[in-house]
Amino acid sequence: MSNTTTAHHDDHHGEHPTGLARWVFSTNHKEIGTLYLVFSLAMFLVGGAMALVIRAELFAPGLQLVNPEFFNQMTTMHALVMIFGAVMPAFVGLANWMVPMMIGAPDMALPRMNNWSFWILPFAFTMLLATLFMPSGAPAAGWTLYPPLSLQGGNSLAFVILAIHLMGISSIMGAINIIATILNMRAPGMTLLRMPLFVWTWLITAFLLIAVMPVLAGAVTMLLTDRFFGTSFFNAAGGGDPVLYQHIFWFFGHPEVYILILPAFGIVSEIIPTFSRKPLFGYTSMVYATASIAFLSFIVWAHHMFTVGMPLGAMLFFMYATMVIAVPTGVKIFNWIATMWRGSMTFETPMLFALGFVVLFTIGGLSGVMLAIVPANFQYHDTYFVVAHFHYVLVTGAVFAIMAAVYYWLPKWTGHMYDEKLGKIHFWWSTIWVNVLFFPQHYLGLAGMPRRIPDYAVQFTEFNMISSIGGFMYGFGQLLFVYIIWKCVRGGEKATAQVWEGARGLEWTVPSPAPLHTFDTPPLVEDNVAVHRDRLT
Amino acid sequence: MSNSTSDPKSNPTRSPIRTVGSLTALAFAMFGFGYLLVPLYDKFCEITGIGGRTGDAVSEEALTAAPDLSRKVTVHFDATVNSALPWRFEPTERMMDVHPGKLYETTYVAFNQSDRAVVGQAVPSVSPGRASLFFNKTECFCFTEQILGPGESRDMPVRFIVDPNLPQGTSLVTLSYIIYKNDEATAVLAAAN
Repeated sequence: MSNTTTAHHDDHHGEHPTGLARWVFSTNHKEIGTLYLVFSLAMFLVGGAMALVIRAELFAPGLQLVNPEFFNQMTTMHALVMIFGAVMPAFVGLANWMVPMMIGAPDMALPRMNNWSFWILPFAFTMLLATLFMPSGAPAAGWTLYPPLSLQGGNSLAFVILAIHLMGISSIMGAINIIATILNMRAPGMTLLRMPLFVWTWLITAFLLIAVMPVLAGAVTMLLTDRFFGTSFFNAAGGGDPVLYQHIFWFFGHPEVYILILPAFGIVSEIIPTFSRKPLFGYTSMVYATASIAFLSFIVWAHHMFTVGMPLGAMLFFMYATMVIAVPTGVKIFNWIATMWRGSMTFETPMLFALGFVVLFTIGGLSGVMLAIVPANFQYHDTYFVVAHFHYVLVTGAVFAIMAAVYYWLPKWTGHMYDEKLGKIHFWWSTIWVNVLFFPQHYLGLAGMPRRIPDYAVQFTEFNMISSIGGFMYGFGQLLFVYIIWKCVRGGEKATAQVWEGARGLEWTVPSPAPLHTFDTPPLVEDNVAVHRDRLT
Repeated sequence: MSNSTSDPKSNPTRSPIRTVGSLTALAFAMFGFGYLLVPLYDKFCEITGIGGRTGDAVSEEALTAAPDLSRKVTVHFDATVNSALPWRFEPTERMMDVHPGKLYETTYVAFNQSDRAVVGQAVPSVSPGRASLFFNKTECFCFTEQILGPGESRDMPVRFIVDPNLPQGTSLVTLSYIIYKNDEATAVLAAAN
């Protein structure tokens, strides 16, 4: 990507540094977007390698490859790396690249802060991954870091907490930047209700980030002082309560899961209209549905902890509030299907991933409704059913949407079409094996296999073997994704400015590859540029 | 944020300073809110009895309700010792049938098995949670630190009244203590000797 973008930059920006300095000092939203995406891809492979360690150990009952302590470190680190290192930076990278181009802005509102937001991350993850090589090992109490267990490990906890602080600071700065860009830098005529849905979902996601990342920072700071400075927030002997941590953590944690999915909703809402050659159905209801999901995410946290014991009234409240989320989510799925209805559909790779998202995310959503039912939750809590549920919404949800977005916008970024044949092979390979990987885990959970355990009873053997085979096939299949991106960056069929026949929106009015500086003079946005036909003013 | 609804046609690139300022303030406020959840949670548990919290000592004079001799409630006594504390700790009676509104006394026995003085601190909880607001203790060893010398043994009393307003249908109440080592007080004690 690097070579193609420099070739087009404007003359009066000719002093642009080259080599490493170009990337270290860059304040350009497209270059920083690329940095985020490359970093995210690297972390996706690191986190994936950890997942393969887990699946290799679980291929057969008994302890074969790794000791239980290391297994626990793998489950913990896999989650932290995938959530904070792969999915969140991928979405921020996409926002960096696309939000200014979609609203007709020349760059992000705060370019220097943008540079800082990104460059904190490699340090944070170096610190986090370095704990693997420390005498006390990486964190092993699960990514939720529940006390008292998380406080009984070694001193490496301090590094983990500082790394989480840095990731939080990076996310908050990124979120402030995105909101400031969207609210202050829209081109003339780009009213809020003309904005593409990806911009809308990111605006709402950014508010969620600012609201809850500081709460996580507070929770882990309390862990830090409990462990090293003698406070007793969560220490029962000193009058504290470990359950309090779970409440604070999930007050962050539930909005966090929507931070991981709302931008995916935005991406799918861009792709489906393009390949259906129809405007998005129910644009306004999509905006309101996203906002309601964001609001509801603040009042459902205790459904993660029904089994700690709480009054019946509280369980009923959290159960019903959780189920209500299915309503705005259902509105979205209905709108996507209605957008496709009687459209002139074609099935290029981005569309395939978007359709895969709609079908498979819905499976994850439905198992989520099952988990919301309190008596059923008592049975499913901390089993592989939960693991299957959140991997359907995060892998076939968030990760599929990110892949769809990469295929969708890659021609805009590089100026070349990717290899469509390989893209389709990547989609079908991923979709088949990801289901082989995660679907059997539903049955394992219903049969009572607990999560985060390196060994299991022999009756779980067959489904674990199937799941592990799926895991390895899916995992190594992602190397094809890396190859397709690399090949597309290096060359390929020249992409037009519009790239896709049905594509609408400002990002498709600039040449491909997008020059380093776009919209130095703001475009005038009229109804015919807007991406939808719903209640335009 | 305040200018988000104004017409963007008039001024396409406004200064983001105000937006950034208010969002930064929001981030700091939410950090504070995380800490505010600690006292809020304590208060919430105190009011609702969630977490089996039993509250502080109640004076005997304040409990004026007449004993309800027609009703019988079984109280189950339970004890757990944290592994860091080298003590034995158990109730002298496992079960006791009581009438709500009447004052009862029982004892727990603690024995220091180590060869040095250790300070322990007991933390009570009552189960089921809905009973915890109706279990009043007029005297309890859990209100103070307990010092036991090497090999020392002590009977530690608990005086309690079950409130007659205990919800109907609750016939078994468990009073559970976990006793922990108080590291700081033990260290002070060791330094003084």
